[in-house]
Amino acid sequence: MARKRRFKGGNIPTSSMADIAFLLLIFFLVTTTIDMDKGLGMVLPAEGEEIEISKKNILNCLINSTGNVLLGGEGLEIRDLSKLIRQKLAENDKLIISVKAHKSTSYKDYIAVIDQLKRANATRISIAESN
Amino acid sequence: MKVNRKTKLDTEIPTASMPDIIFMLLIFFMVTTVLREYSGLPISLPKAKRIEKLTSKRHTSHIWVSKDGLISIEDKLYASDGIRHVMYEKRVADPQLVISLKADERAKMGLISAIHGELRKADALKLNYSSKTAVD
Repeated sequence: MARKRRFKGGNIPTSSMADIAFLLLIFFLVTTTIDMDKGLGMVLPAEGEEIEISKKNILNCLINSTGNVLLGGEGLEIRDLSKLIRQKLAENDKLIISVKAHKSTSYKDYIAVIDQLKRANATRISIAESN
Repeated sequence: MKVNRKTKLDTEIPTASMPDIIFMLLIFFMVTTVLREYSGLPISLPKAKRIEKLTSKRHTSHIWVSKDGLISIEDKLYASDGIRHVMYEKRVADPQLVISLKADERAKMGLISAIHGELRKADALKLNYSSKTAVD
């Protein structure tokens, strides 16, 4: 038995296209991570770029394994660091702060010190090799 | 003289261009999405106040350092003297590369210092100590 077929136009149904696009949009909205990584920026010196600096422009900042800090020969709390460094920078704007940490110093203390230096707007920070 | 005015007002919002608008948004999100993500190592990041945002995810490479001293780059473990080769290749492929160091707050500075040395040898000098925002 032959069926009669009626040809009803050749249109692709576009009414659902918006729905499909919405679905894809929602997928990408969900998978996109807007929040960027945050952290303390630091630029390392290039290999073999050692320069001599006069002693009076260097301020040594030593951190020991228990998290005690020695700034230019005197011990102090980490949270008082930024205030003192700000003072010293006001006296000498060419000052380079050399951070030296003991081998078994925890990273947390080191970051706390670097953060304090950043808060004091110190731009010249030198990181000495731990040993 | 009568001013010829259009009296017929369209009261419907035109929906014909809606798919176009949605597609445009879709394409934006498709382009900005970075699907490649590495799981890294379980760490608790240190906290800091004066932090800056990393500008682009595309130009960022992560190094995970756990509290036990494991180093992971793109989900592969490396010894501290193996970093330079990986990082050098990445640095050559992308001169704008920023290294995001995701180290546990209990990691030891001896290791971090070794990583500094490796990155200097690899000429990957832009470093970012990944940290959380401190509240005090």
